[in-house]
Amino acid sequence: MLCDKCRKNEASVHLTQIVEGKTLKADLCKACAGESGVQDATGFSLADLLLGLGAADEIKTEGAGARCPTCGLTQTDFKRTGRLGCATCWETFAVGLATLLKAMHRGDHHIGKVPRRAAHTLVISEKLQQLSAELEKAVHAEKYEDAAVLRDQIRELEVKLRGGGDAQGVA
Amino acid sequence: MRPVKLEQLLKSTSEWAQTEGPQNRIVLSSRVRLARNLRQYAFPGWAKKAERQRALETMRPVIEDLPEMAECFSELMDSIAVIDKQMLVERHLISREHAVKNVGSGVVINATGAISVMINEEDHLRMQAIQAGLQTKDVFKVIDRVDTELEERLEYAFSPRLGYLTACPTNVGTGMRASAMVHLPGIVLSEQINQIIQAVNKLGLAVRGLYGEGTEALGNVFQVSNQTTLGERESDIIERLNKVVLQIIEHEESARLTILEKKPKLIYDQIGRAYGILTNAHTVTSKEALNLLSLLRLGVDLELLPATIRAVVDELFIMAQPAHVQKFAARKLSAEERDILRADLIRGRLAGMPKPKIGVGPPPRDSQIE
Repeated sequence: MLCDKCRKNEASVHLTQIVEGKTLKADLCKACAGESGVQDATGFSLADLLLGLGAADEIKTEGAGARCPTCGLTQTDFKRTGRLGCATCWETFAVGLATLLKAMHRGDHHIGKVPRRAAHTLVISEKLQQLSAELEKAVHAEKYEDAAVLRDQIRELEVKLRGGGDAQGVA
Repeated sequence: MRPVKLEQLLKSTSEWAQTEGPQNRIVLSSRVRLARNLRQYAFPGWAKKAERQRALETMRPVIEDLPEMAECFSELMDSIAVIDKQMLVERHLISREHAVKNVGSGVVINATGAISVMINEEDHLRMQAIQAGLQTKDVFKVIDRVDTELEERLEYAFSPRLGYLTACPTNVGTGMRASAMVHLPGIVLSEQINQIIQAVNKLGLAVRGLYGEGTEALGNVFQVSNQTTLGERESDIIERLNKVVLQIIEHEESARLTILEKKPKLIYDQIGRAYGILTNAHTVTSKEALNLLSLLRLGVDLELLPATIRAVVDELFIMAQPAHVQKFAARKLSAEERDILRADLIRGRLAGMPKPKIGVGPPPRDSQIE
């Protein structure tokens, strides 16, 4: 098992902490464990550590503190309450959350129920990706007639995806 | 929808507490809860009052419109009296967290109490179905249908990769918490409960007290539920829970038999004392009452008490809780007054109950009756 922090060394320090009834886990190598001060069991919060991991990189690359553009929740707010502010937060804090989810759950992606609306959108976006790839091939092979057909199909799907799917039979 | 008054909803004990269900010797009830949020509003804990209000106004009529809610109790949390909120908690119809909510939150419960939808709890929607006995699969079907009906008219926060998006990362994915409430006096008496809890935890399930997270296991009642919500299908989570609960049932049954064989006096003493105290006490706390009622229920299971007592005991299990006693008195009571009234209530309901058939040896098992 690799260290959750450096992702290089073998993890030898395994931590479990229960915060408000929720179990958090982290696996760290000796060096990272020392650096994070986890040896000091009293003054150490696993949530802080886990959330700090990916999030620190994010802040460096984007240059600004992570703040949700939709609802204004900050990294600090999330650390304090353990709750996200809105649907967009899941994208804003995606990097930090990925580490947290990995420690909390059995898998890193959803395989359960999908609401019908989302299923509809999912099917269309997959089809769009497939058609775009075909279009690229067609252009590359200089099959312009095929490309024109594909381009029309793509436009049609894009309209559907934007919610214009019901408009049919335009004269 | 036809409105149901709170008094009507609470008049009889909840459906799950009085209907017979499969495995209900040990499994009191099964429950499945789904957490859902709307895409366009901030989550309730972070939204400003006005936004929370708008979200509530968007959701409430849609829920009241559900065919399942043709007859329902629908109310704003700021319009429900504190004592009534506590009663709803004691019936497991709302969460303890929801009971402290006021302006901007609401609840819609169908007439039987089998389906309830909390609006603006930690998530925009927390919907649950509950039934007596071990029927997690059926309960899931019920709430899954409600969810499918709601998604037609409400735009959920959903990500193809992460599933249903929730305020707390512990619920993301399916947003589902499936649980069974189990009565384990045998395992507790034989001092195996900690081992069982640890074993169940290792299988990715949580064991909690009567009212969920961070609550005491009063009356030897425990809630077993899934810990994780991401990376597993709903049906697989429920299957896993079911398997574990069936194993717990087996352990409980065998613990009871072992005590009966090896230490019959221990069990007779416990049940005899419970009978003696509850039929004679003039003041009893809810904690003591629940623990003793648990032993009477065990007495029924072991055929030391008549089977007809089970319904009485199960009803008292709810009636003995603080808000229910208070409501029964129809006035504010001090803790001492409450304990006196509780004892009166229990003595009254148990009047005429025969003494436990003790001293005639262990009850015959079915296989031994020729």
